[in-house]
Amino acid sequence: MLDQASPLRPKAGASDDAQVIKIAVLAVGGQGGGVLADWITDVAERNGYVAQSTSVAGVAQRTGATIYYIEMARDTGRLPVFALSPSQGDVDILIAAELMEAGRAIIRGFVTPERTTLITSSHRIAAVSEKIEPGDGRASSEKVHTTAQAAAKRFIAFDMEKIAADNGTMISASLLGALAGSDALPFTRETYEQAIGAGGRGVKPSLAAFGAACDRARGIAAAPATAAEKPAVAGSKPAPKVSGPETLLKGWQELAGRVAALPEPLRDMAERGLKKVVDYQDIAYGGEYLDRLDRAVALDNAERGYALSIAAAKHLANAMCYDDMIRVADLKTRSTRDKRVRKEVGVKEGSVLQVTEYFHPRIEEFCGTLPVGLGSYIESRPKLAAFLDRRINRGRHIRTDSFTGFAMLWFVGGLRRWRRRLLRHRVEVEHLERWYGLALGYVPLDYALATEILNCRRLIKGYSDTHARAQSKFDRVLSALPMLKGRDDAADWIRRLREAALKDEKGDMLDGALKTVATLGG
Amino acid sequence: MAERSFAKEVEKLRLGAGEEFAGEGILAITKALLQCGVGYVGGYQGAPISHLMDVLADAQDILGELGVHFEASASEATATAMLAASVHYPIRGAATFKSTVGTNVASDALANLASGGVTGGALIIVGEDYGEGSSIMQERSHAFAMKSQVWLLDPRPNLPSIVKAVEDGFELSEVSNTPVMLQVRIRCCHVHGHFTAKDNQRPPMSVADALSAPRRDTGRIVLPPASFLHEKEKVAKRWPAAVDFIKSRKINETFGPDHGSVGIVMQGGMYNSVIRALQRLGLADTYGETDVPLYVLNAVYPLVDDEFLAFCEGKQAVLVVEEGQPNYIEQAFAAMLHKAGRGTKLVGKEHLPMAGEYTGQVMLDGIGSFLRAHAPHLLPGEVRAPNKLGEGVDTADLINVVPGRPPGFCIGCPERPIFAATKLVEQELGKHHIASDIGCHLFSIMPPFDLGATTMGYGLGPASVSAFNSPDAKRRSISFVGDGGFWHNGLTSSIGNAVFNRNDGVIVIVDNFYSAATGGQDILSSRASNRTKSTKHPIDEAVKGMGVKWLRHIDRTYDVGKMQAALREALTTEEKGPKIIVASSECMLNRQRREKPLVDKAIKGGERVVKPKFGVDEDICTGDHACMRLSGCPSLSVKSLDDPLRDDPVASIDQNCVGCGNCGEVADAAVLCPSFYRADVVHNPGRWDRFLEGARRAAIGLLQRRRESRRLTFADA
Repeated sequence: MLDQASPLRPKAGASDDAQVIKIAVLAVGGQGGGVLADWITDVAERNGYVAQSTSVAGVAQRTGATIYYIEMARDTGRLPVFALSPSQGDVDILIAAELMEAGRAIIRGFVTPERTTLITSSHRIAAVSEKIEPGDGRASSEKVHTTAQAAAKRFIAFDMEKIAADNGTMISASLLGALAGSDALPFTRETYEQAIGAGGRGVKPSLAAFGAACDRARGIAAAPATAAEKPAVAGSKPAPKVSGPETLLKGWQELAGRVAALPEPLRDMAERGLKKVVDYQDIAYGGEYLDRLDRAVALDNAERGYALSIAAAKHLANAMCYDDMIRVADLKTRSTRDKRVRKEVGVKEGSVLQVTEYFHPRIEEFCGTLPVGLGSYIESRPKLAAFLDRRINRGRHIRTDSFTGFAMLWFVGGLRRWRRRLLRHRVEVEHLERWYGLALGYVPLDYALATEILNCRRLIKGYSDTHARAQSKFDRVLSALPMLKGRDDAADWIRRLREAALKDEKGDMLDGALKTVATLGG
Repeated sequence: MAERSFAKEVEKLRLGAGEEFAGEGILAITKALLQCGVGYVGGYQGAPISHLMDVLADAQDILGELGVHFEASASEATATAMLAASVHYPIRGAATFKSTVGTNVASDALANLASGGVTGGALIIVGEDYGEGSSIMQERSHAFAMKSQVWLLDPRPNLPSIVKAVEDGFELSEVSNTPVMLQVRIRCCHVHGHFTAKDNQRPPMSVADALSAPRRDTGRIVLPPASFLHEKEKVAKRWPAAVDFIKSRKINETFGPDHGSVGIVMQGGMYNSVIRALQRLGLADTYGETDVPLYVLNAVYPLVDDEFLAFCEGKQAVLVVEEGQPNYIEQAFAAMLHKAGRGTKLVGKEHLPMAGEYTGQVMLDGIGSFLRAHAPHLLPGEVRAPNKLGEGVDTADLINVVPGRPPGFCIGCPERPIFAATKLVEQELGKHHIASDIGCHLFSIMPPFDLGATTMGYGLGPASVSAFNSPDAKRRSISFVGDGGFWHNGLTSSIGNAVFNRNDGVIVIVDNFYSAATGGQDILSSRASNRTKSTKHPIDEAVKGMGVKWLRHIDRTYDVGKMQAALREALTTEEKGPKIIVASSECMLNRQRREKPLVDKAIKGGERVVKPKFGVDEDICTGDHACMRLSGCPSLSVKSLDDPLRDDPVASIDQNCVGCGNCGEVADAAVLCPSFYRADVVHNPGRWDRFLEGARRAAIGLLQRRRESRRLTFADA
């Protein structure tokens, strides 16, 4: 069953009984790969096989990629010579405890279409390099799935981490289940279960996860061809349920009616945007949102698929819901938030939850929350601002489960009513109008470019210094507009610049890309 | 307390004659030592022999019963110096450490030991950390054997062979009065296998016996004129004795047919890989029966001239499989053939790479290439002219997709906030020259911290910036050293040196209560009580004793602000001389291992326990990932929101969070964002807890209902 497709056969005369089965386990340090290797060795020995397992224990165990390797052969009374590490093109079963590790196994040549059964958990553990990008730095799971389909003889992939977590155990149990279910080894399910039982610790949850994964793998193994799991497609959500006082509900209905009158492709985004801004401020703010959106819709048409308006619907909502102290305080004091935290942390009946928030306000945030006149007065006096900053700029840990802590935030959240009169609002509205006006101004000239300018709003995020850096990136990207004047590919360039800006913290890639733009020549 | 407990496995050390031992390589070595009547054992932890030290530590009762003395040595030099007990007394002793780094440290003692020679068998077991998974520079232990003229065994990587090598090693050491190094490669240490046990032996002479009847022989002391005689004795007496022993006891093995036009010579440790390549070439079966004559060097130094020449008899070409470089063995064999006037062609690094690990593919290619060139008739047709297989899958695209995954700091690691603080201080004061050291803290070199320019050896971080001490400099150097490195070598070589030479730099001593990177072994400053060791010796006092005047102690590294302030002060103070910051918090891996069972038990037992965990408010997080650029914690990751309005994934903390506090502290110190929260769950709350909770929730609920009755609420918001 296993070695027959190998191009290089063992010495003539060796009976099939003496075939060596080779299994490599690729895991991330801390996933319990050693336990899995021990189990597999145990199962083999229970079935009258001689087995040898090896690993490289050491610093590599600390969150890095690790390999465990097992070889086994039917016990004939003579000791086989086993290798101590996997070789390219010479692995029968490859078990990956995370999707990118499966990808790594393929790159390293451990997966061959003639013989390798590739069993992988489809979940992702993002590597540090994927996490530190200011944008979305995550690797494409799709690519690994498609390559694995072609690279392996059989490909079994599903979320084994979830099965393990659901049963309160480690992924090693569900990986073993998938191995058993794949029937890639000539051993019965019972012998696997005996091996788990012999381990002695956490047997029950391990057996549960093992069983669930085994059944799942059997199902996949039975269904030919497409064994890979397709990630669930996010369907369009039903209309949000709204509750509240009668008068407000009436206002909401009116706004919802305006959305319903919008062109169909735009409605979903517009409704989400509307909900966001109303939730952020009030009904009137929702009206302002739709007024602004109408300006884009007026310039748009169905031929373009309303791309401009959809971008406007999305980014207007984000721009109008800027992250100020009021919003943070409001979100942190809602009853829904309390419920969510309890669920996430898993607070059981009879336990008490204490929640500490981490704030670090600076003079900028303080002034932003003052009326325009007073805020500007302070900001224009550096000495006064510095004096106040020394008193304000400090980390504050606030307990929102205590009444005083909660009440303080509740009060700040209540400033929402006066938000339109505050300094931060004026600054944000000015910035929004400048950006939005700029984008819409380009519509007659270059529709795609206008849309891309709208999309640049994605760059603005974060708080304090991070926010300032984001603003600067936004400005730098748009600074290329004069250089791109009259070019057919201006929209493409703006998109490329935006993507570069999302690659690193300071915008070094962006600066490089801007230099390229500067050399384009008109 | 070490990270991994062998308390259960060490019972296997009690197995008697004829019983079957099943387990890991390192455990087999320990058993072999006891079977050989070893009198004392010492060593220093480090992959791949960390577990050997852990096994010994957990086996102290068994060792005690047999009258075997065990020490967790201060360094590899200490461990090797310990073998001095075998100089005058017929006591067998063993020392173990990681090679080549440990051998570097040990080489002073090793040279002295080798010069005077030994009476009792002295075995040095080196764990060869070479190739994939290695954390050190890639060098060979072979050179140490050659320069000090100690013998080097490199047995075939299976349990019976390594057990036999231990037995042979002691005897070889005794007959040739020379210490013997036994080299075991990284995977061999962790290989799971079987061998038939023998009874343990009590040492015929124990260290206690020796102490009550002291002996000395000036002929064994490294002092002129004896030292001049030692050198001559090495070549005139000890070498021939060793060669005789290796020959007469057939330490080296031959396999395959007696005659053939070609043959392969290999280090014992390479045997399994050679057989695998031959299997894949159709020239060997599962059990290693092969058509190609093989000469396996279980002793790689000294080499046995006539044995090798006899193997070459009648062969046109011989391949030397020798991993690592320089190719000492190949050179020696070439010289033998040349001097003997033989025509056999000797090849090695022509077919195999000069440098790097001999992996399965390398072996297959190398041996295949050798046979194609010198014995194509042996090869099956499909190997000589293989049918073109499918091109396989194009992985070029995948290489750009799959991210690298180097090791990094664990969840909740107390060293993470130290480097977060360093990164923040550099944002304020500019880039500095930073020297790193050996230990987990070396992971600062990797993203997201990207801190540290060099690593020069264990405990040598601060020593490696000693040149950067100039009155003209506008910035100070920063160097790191761990508590492990500090006690190993750092106290004198780094701290003492900095005090003596009035170095003006900043030295951070990372104190995590263990030798953590090697598996959490106790050291002098460990906070735990250890049954057999003296712990709880503060680093502060040692540093003060060295004459350090500027010293700050951070007793909770998670306080990023405090850490940052200490670094800032150290970098800017007017005071001269070394500025030492001792940053202490317990290694989280070990702390969890210690506390988790206790906490679970307390919760079950109805005691009031507060368990912290961190979380992220995903609607407040804007997805810029600034927090991750100051963390890299495996528990803090990115997650997509099911919201088309949001483009970028937000931060998310998974269930493995241990609530160390780094996220909140960093968000505060770096003024990042208010999306983190710490949730402390009070299990089994007391009456007062419950009363307070009730009152608070009632009042808070009032405010919440008041506001929510006056606004719209979206069900899925």
